[in-house]
Amino acid sequence: MKVLQVIDQAFRTTTEEQDDTILWLTQSMRGAGGNLTVLLSGHGVYYAVQQTPQPALTLASWSQTEPADITRDLNNLIESGVPVYAVTDDLEERGLSTRQFLPGVQAISRQSLVNLYESVDQVWQW
Amino acid sequence: MNDRKTLTFAFMDPPFESERTVTFFRLLDAALEKDTHVRVFAYEGAVALAFAKQSPHGNAVHGRNTEEEAHPLTKDWIVALQQKARTKGLNFEWINCGLCVDERGVNDVIEDCGRGGPPDLWRYASQSFNTLTIGTR
Repeated sequence: MKVLQVIDQAFRTTTEEQDDTILWLTQSMRGAGGNLTVLLSGHGVYYAVQQTPQPALTLASWSQTEPADITRDLNNLIESGVPVYAVTDDLEERGLSTRQFLPGVQAISRQSLVNLYESVDQVWQW
Repeated sequence: MNDRKTLTFAFMDPPFESERTVTFFRLLDAALEKDTHVRVFAYEGAVALAFAKQSPHGNAVHGRNTEEEAHPLTKDWIVALQQKARTKGLNFEWINCGLCVDERGVNDVIEDCGRGGPPDLWRYASQSFNTLTIGTR
């Protein structure tokens, strides 16, 4: 079974969880043998061009030591054989189209999504 | 029984925060109504849906005590769905993401709600007719 993980929300609870929860879920299922593809769309495309790690949170005397590192997590996914796509139209709408892609992330147009959706057995929209 | 389909649901929302939670439970009930086996993977805040220490309260604004108010609790909805499944000879399985449980301290869950992780979601989905994921917004 092939599953497409669609991530269209960026930075959902990344400060508290110290990762993107769906990227984490995907890495974990990949480790269990899952055949997965990731599609970054909507605000999620920012992950494809992000160049800095999450800033650490400080509250009074409490300081975060391990903030989220989305780029590391995407790299790990790509290295484990999970294809990662980002929707170019969504990057353009957000003024991010001139930014350099994280190596290994593949650009895909909105028009080409049909083929990507057709290539998998299930689409999980998060 | 053998020709009955199985549906997997992955859900992220906690109780008492969003109408998605109610809709999610309506979908589970509808699936059982259609003689479908149900498997749930509760992720993030959804692990609190099965928290055993949820307790009802009265409501002074409504002028009702605890018994009269009969406040809805998601753990009771799960029990009701478990009972419905048993009555209809269907499977109703529920697994909470264990790490999500730990970070929220909601380890005390009602009966027949297990602890697991993402590999269980993959197993559930692989063995199901289809999967519905409902993420937090």
